[in-house]
Amino acid sequence: MQQGLAESSMAAVPRLSPAARRRQLREKVIAGFITLMAFTGIAALILIIVFVAKEALALFLEEEARHEASLSKMFLPQVVRQGKPAAFVWQPVSSVPKVSMIPLFIGTLKTTIVSMVVAVPVGVFGALYAAEFAPRRLRELLKPVIELLAGIPSVVLGFFALMVMATVLQDTFGLHTRLNALVAGVGLALAIVPVIFTVAEDSLTAVPRSYREASLALGATPWETAWKVVLPAAAPGILAACVLGFGRAIGETMIVLMASGNAAIVSASLGDSVRSLSATIAAEMGEVVVGSPHYSLLFFIGVQLFLFTFVLNMLASTWTKKVMKRLTGSAS
Amino acid sequence: MTYTSRRAIGLALTSLTGLAAFLMVAMLVIILLDVVANGASHVTWTFLTQPPSDGMMGGGIFPAIVGTAALTLLMTLAVMPVGVLTAVYLHEYAPPGSLLARWVRVAVVNLAGVPSIVFGLFGLGFFILFVGRGMDRVLGYEEMHWAQPGILWASLTLAVLTLPVVIVSTEEALRAVPLDHRTASLALGATQSQTLVRVVLPGALPGILTGAVLAISRGAGEVAPILFTGAAYFLPDLPSHLNSQFMHLGYHTYVLATQSPDVEATRPLLYATVLVLLMLTFALNLVAVIIRTRTRRKAAGAH
Repeated sequence: MQQGLAESSMAAVPRLSPAARRRQLREKVIAGFITLMAFTGIAALILIIVFVAKEALALFLEEEARHEASLSKMFLPQVVRQGKPAAFVWQPVSSVPKVSMIPLFIGTLKTTIVSMVVAVPVGVFGALYAAEFAPRRLRELLKPVIELLAGIPSVVLGFFALMVMATVLQDTFGLHTRLNALVAGVGLALAIVPVIFTVAEDSLTAVPRSYREASLALGATPWETAWKVVLPAAAPGILAACVLGFGRAIGETMIVLMASGNAAIVSASLGDSVRSLSATIAAEMGEVVVGSPHYSLLFFIGVQLFLFTFVLNMLASTWTKKVMKRLTGSAS
Repeated sequence: MTYTSRRAIGLALTSLTGLAAFLMVAMLVIILLDVVANGASHVTWTFLTQPPSDGMMGGGIFPAIVGTAALTLLMTLAVMPVGVLTAVYLHEYAPPGSLLARWVRVAVVNLAGVPSIVFGLFGLGFFILFVGRGMDRVLGYEEMHWAQPGILWASLTLAVLTLPVVIVSTEEALRAVPLDHRTASLALGATQSQTLVRVVLPGALPGILTGAVLAISRGAGEVAPILFTGAAYFLPDLPSHLNSQFMHLGYHTYVLATQSPDVEATRPLLYATVLVLLMLTFALNLVAVIIRTRTRRKAAGAH
């Protein structure tokens, strides 16, 4: 029976002319080529991690580098001078290199936190306004404005923070250094507000109209609907927006490089200059000897930046998918 | 809660969120006004056509304009075919539920989030030290020829950085081409690749162009990835070879802003440079917006 079926289906296939067969082969080749191209994105991501990690690997493999920049020297307090208490110092080009990454972590954290404190309320509230309260005309205006803000190159934002905001903030808060964590953080906020706004607005508008109508029908006012129904429904997406903004703030280089003062100071004050992880790479890679421990150290910082942002991106994309799935029943 | 207090809270929340929205618009306006007010009078014909002089305290930015244009042109040539074909795979060729398509999407999302300075490290580690050195060895160059910073490596680095922009916007453009067009073409006996080239890609062309323009405007403004892959501090000559270093508007801005010996003297030049860079990126963004609204209107009219 089965054999008979197979035979009859075989017979049903028409015999292809040589031209048709050539055409079929050509289609296969084209499909194969396109599929091959699709690997480029994956390959790029893998190549990035492999080739950044490869240059950092010397820190763990070579005797000299391991001695100069061991993990304990990077992350534990070190006695810098005899008789002084142990401290965290980043001075990779002195006669005795001091390679503690803690000041860089603190610097990155300070600028990032300032930028989040400024950008999250502005971005999320702005998105709530655009999605819920704004008249249609205003809303149509807001989106291109945000797109323009997002289109400003970060070097221009860094320039603006350096030339204008630094003076304004110094006069307002009476800071003793002109370039500091506060200036860099506020400058960073300009760069991440569009990211937070866009993603938050997307998730807010994805909330189905029926939710709003049901809420209003129960007698809730528009603000109660926005605050207690729409916002919670879009919460994972809003959280994703903040996480994405956080990742951008950690990795953003030019603004911090230009506006932070670039001094690796360990302190809690926002008025002190700071040095961030990304700005350290940008500032020091130019003068470094290829293959030296300092060089590997800078690549090691790059690996850490890559890993931080990778984890944050995966989290954010999971959460945005979640909100879309919950609200529309499909994960697109 | 009484009716009045509910109304009061409502008013407060509306004004608070409105204030946030206003703040974003205000920041954009302040930045633009500051740059235009301080820079506009210095953007002259000589400024646009002369190289810098007097140790960057005078002259113009011609080499930086040419460098930025050449860099983004090379970048576009590299990124467009790869990005468009990847999107074509994702939307036209990938079987439903394809594992490869899922991985490509994950890669694209993460690629978009990799810090730009890490792209710079990648360009140095992969293109210059690995590919460049390999080419020097194979081609038999005694001294460094390809294994040094240059415009080719910088533009390829930027191409990797802008790849997600192109893929995402091309996919969106492909999605906008109605399914009927494909089935009609296939029903007439066209093969899948013929349908792609004659029906789908032409239909998606405006969207693909938008993606290209967005990628160019993004790539033209990035400085961190070209810091150690090819940008030069001062170079009166225009780039003549693929391995030449080049001047760049963004990098020039950074250099003038942070390493000028006399801040007051370079200030007008700095503002004028920033104005040119901003006008360039805004013009590109505007072109993208125009193409997009035009296509949308056309699509809306067709249905």
